[in-house]
Amino acid sequence: MAPARTRQFALLACALLLAAFPLVGGTFYVQLVVKVMILAIFAMSLDLLIGFTGLVSFGHAAYFGLAGYALALLGPKYEAASLWWSLPAAMAVCALFAFLTGLLVLRTRGIFFIMVTLAFAQMLFFVFHDTKLGGGSDGIYIYNKPELKLGDFALANLDKTEHFYWLVLVLMVAVYLLLARVLGSTFGRALVGIKVNEHRMQALGFPVFRYKLASYVLAGALGGLSGYLAAVQFGFVNPEILSWHQSGAVMMMVILGGMGTLYGPVLGAFAFVLLQEAFSNQAWFGAWAKHWQLAMGLFIILVAMYLPQGLAGLLQKFGRKDEAAQAEEEHG
Amino acid sequence: MSSNEKGFDRREFLKSTAAVAGATAVGTLAPLGAAMAQAGKIKVGLMLPYTGTYAALGVAITNGFKLAVEERGGKLGGREIEYIVVDDESNPAKAPENANKLVQRDKVDVVIGTVHSGVAMGMAKVIRETGTLWINPNAGADEVTGPLCAPNIFRTSFSNWQTTHALGKVLKAKGHKNAVFITWKYAAGEQMMQGFKEGFEKEGGKLIKELYTPFPQVEFQALLTEIASIKPDAVVSFFAGGGAAKFLKDYAAAGLKGKIPLYGSGFLTDGVLEAVGDAAEGVETTLHYADSLNTKKDNAFRLAYAKTYKLQPDVYAVQGYDAGQLLAAGLDAVKGNISNKAGMIKAMESAKIDSPRGAWTLSKAHNPVQDMYLRKVVGKQNLVQGVAWKALADPAKGCKA
Amino acid sequence: MDFAFFLIQLLNGLQYGLLLFLVASGLTLIFGIMGIINLAHGSFYMLGAYLAWSLAGLTGSLVAAILVAVPLTVVFGMALEWLLIRRLYERDHLFQVLLTYGLILVFEEMRSILWGDDVHGVPVPALLNASIPLTENLSYPVYRLFISAVCLLLALGLYLLIQKTRLGMMIRAGASNRDMVQSLGINIKFIYTLVFAIGVALAAFAGMINAPLSSVFPNMGGQVLIICFVVVVIGGIGSVKGAMVASLMIGLADTFGQVLLPEVAGMIVYLLMAIVLVWRPAGLFGRA
Repeated sequence: MAPARTRQFALLACALLLAAFPLVGGTFYVQLVVKVMILAIFAMSLDLLIGFTGLVSFGHAAYFGLAGYALALLGPKYEAASLWWSLPAAMAVCALFAFLTGLLVLRTRGIFFIMVTLAFAQMLFFVFHDTKLGGGSDGIYIYNKPELKLGDFALANLDKTEHFYWLVLVLMVAVYLLLARVLGSTFGRALVGIKVNEHRMQALGFPVFRYKLASYVLAGALGGLSGYLAAVQFGFVNPEILSWHQSGAVMMMVILGGMGTLYGPVLGAFAFVLLQEAFSNQAWFGAWAKHWQLAMGLFIILVAMYLPQGLAGLLQKFGRKDEAAQAEEEHG
Repeated sequence: MSSNEKGFDRREFLKSTAAVAGATAVGTLAPLGAAMAQAGKIKVGLMLPYTGTYAALGVAITNGFKLAVEERGGKLGGREIEYIVVDDESNPAKAPENANKLVQRDKVDVVIGTVHSGVAMGMAKVIRETGTLWINPNAGADEVTGPLCAPNIFRTSFSNWQTTHALGKVLKAKGHKNAVFITWKYAAGEQMMQGFKEGFEKEGGKLIKELYTPFPQVEFQALLTEIASIKPDAVVSFFAGGGAAKFLKDYAAAGLKGKIPLYGSGFLTDGVLEAVGDAAEGVETTLHYADSLNTKKDNAFRLAYAKTYKLQPDVYAVQGYDAGQLLAAGLDAVKGNISNKAGMIKAMESAKIDSPRGAWTLSKAHNPVQDMYLRKVVGKQNLVQGVAWKALADPAKGCKA
Repeated sequence: MDFAFFLIQLLNGLQYGLLLFLVASGLTLIFGIMGIINLAHGSFYMLGAYLAWSLAGLTGSLVAAILVAVPLTVVFGMALEWLLIRRLYERDHLFQVLLTYGLILVFEEMRSILWGDDVHGVPVPALLNASIPLTENLSYPVYRLFISAVCLLLALGLYLLIQKTRLGMMIRAGASNRDMVQSLGINIKFIYTLVFAIGVALAAFAGMINAPLSSVFPNMGGQVLIICFVVVVIGGIGSVKGAMVASLMIGLADTFGQVLLPEVAGMIVYLLMAIVLVWRPAGLFGRA
């Protein structure tokens, strides 16, 4: 069987397994997987920048937080917002923020780009932390989960864990397919070209700046999608969700999973959360469990040193050694 | 509350605890397998910071709570206690999820936590949705026993409002007619400012300026200069931990100490006196605990704590200890049958807690009605000067329960 | 605000700026010369402060503590470069961010294990423990002025080292063309190790000398890290002069921001950065 087929089947099988999970898993674990899938969307959106456009953004948590606050502030306080308008609105807010900051940050490159994206995220952090707008440092509640209705018919009741689970799963798969589609297009190939050699693309007549901006805005909007879902899941937003630690964590997920692939970030999100749970598990590590950040830190260092291609790289290595070239092409 | 819905039988319980004792003797692993054998235990979830800025506070609260349980022979209401610990990292972004871990995954009977107010707000969300019993041993966010109040939510510490409200009276008595309030720009600081303002204005005083520095910045020089130019009768402030230490030192170094008297919420001078040396000498604060209360209860507590943990207890340890006492009051009343939640809540509501800080009861919104001490820094201690406000109750604004 | 207080605030702003420079100078060196983005810089600041506290406790003198601690941090910096950082020169910035992010977690937990989570104070050296009266109720601590003087001396020293010495020449050459310097028979690897160690020592030294003012406490590194990033971005990466100008700008903006525009004080430095970047995308003194 051709490798592309193998992968498609593997992914389909994974999606089906995930879809069936709520039928057997306990509530807590179903919610845990929801969280992981939301993070997977978040990580995929960042991978569009890091892995495909060559833009190392260290402020991606800004979108995650902004969308959550958008839902909290735009929606009615004591009634449920309709998902049909509140989700697009939250994503639009993020896209707008990405567009405006993108005009600035995309003028910089390298280390500058990393720092400037970080600084804009910090600025937004202080907007929510220091002003009364979103409840200040204590955060703000979203009392009712949004409704998903078609006319008078409720398509799903998001208060039910399984319904919300399936909605998130559908959206995760949709984002995966959307990004696969985008990356397969001329636009997507141009982005990868920009990553490899920006000057060459410029010389070839591609509107490099506009392409980068488009990628930046799309990543911001999809990051917003994940932030919106997280806010719906927990019903609570706080300035910490846009802190730089959050930006660092999602970057870790992308690299751990394998940047420059679409399934990598999904794998990375799962692995990251599982590791965190494992390191802080008292039954396994006893008194050392409270120093779990030490283990996490050492692990991150090891990944940075020895696993630059992430888990996806490992899979490829063991999966099909002699078809590396072909793999390059497919993922490119 | 899904576990422990079955009736409770004393003989069953004895058998099962014997089994647990055997199981733990054999091995400490197997968290899942042990769950069945431990059906007889009360599951207490400790959601506290064990890493990061507030790690020391999380440990003190844990120690205090466990001391209260140990003093009762390791049992509350006749049942043994099993602890399930989650490090909340003082990170509000993870708060709902961490609370969920205890409530949904571990199915704890009661949650004890936490230090950081933002985390407490995230917990409150989960707690209110699931109806789990929650005893908050520190986080002072006014909302917890205000708009968010609920029958299953208890607090054994303070509301931010409480810690500064009595200062109004204090300043008035000292003849100060106006004051400046300085704190970090975040919710706890603003709530303490509000508590002071209400108390001071009631006494006819005037708060002439509110000064804020971005959280958690510790560069105070600009605002200290501002204070010097305003020349108020008194300065009232709230900072905590490293920020408090820095502020006290800077205040003294800027020459303001001795010229404009400094007051504060008690956290300004708690846990930092070793670090600041004489810079804090003479600073007066209000809090629900102090050094050298010299009551029988407090002396016994301090001795026991020091013996057990080779550490001196602080206000956080007291709050943790009282969380244990409050839970004990509830469980004793229902003889360990935690499924009788209504009975438990009723007993806890009407409990009179014999605390090292002095006896206290709960308000309708489940916040302590407690004496606020006026303390003065002398040497390396917060010595009690008297009671600034007898039985101060939080107004519980917005509590409809 | 009358004129006297305006002058005092000016002094506050400059003094804060100089302190920022002390921490940020090491960061900009490592950035500019080695091309390494180092998130763990704040951790070195914290490490310095904790070292000063524990050694001052042992020796009874801050000066002795600093004299012992600075060589220690240089050795520590060299070891770290040799063990980890060296492997990242050829790699994408992404991995540098990741590795140094991991280092933050490791250092913070090591701090917790070694020194605990309490707040500690370091006494101001007796000789400098005085204040100069400015107005009837405000005076200026001599130690703050001393720190400012040390910062200025250090800035001068750095400038001379980089511009006027043979080592500085090699460093500058290494920054602009690594391979060429290598082919000239200069041990560029060693130079990089040295630069990294100097950067670490600068950050740690800032933590030590500031410890009597700031006290030492958990997570103290995180607070200075981000603001130092802003300094480096505004000043231009690798420019010591830029770091100095940017530090002073931020010191002043922050000081006057807190007094005049308290509502937006937290955001003001980031706004300043955005404005500078619109005007000069590579920072004030950066090479485009």
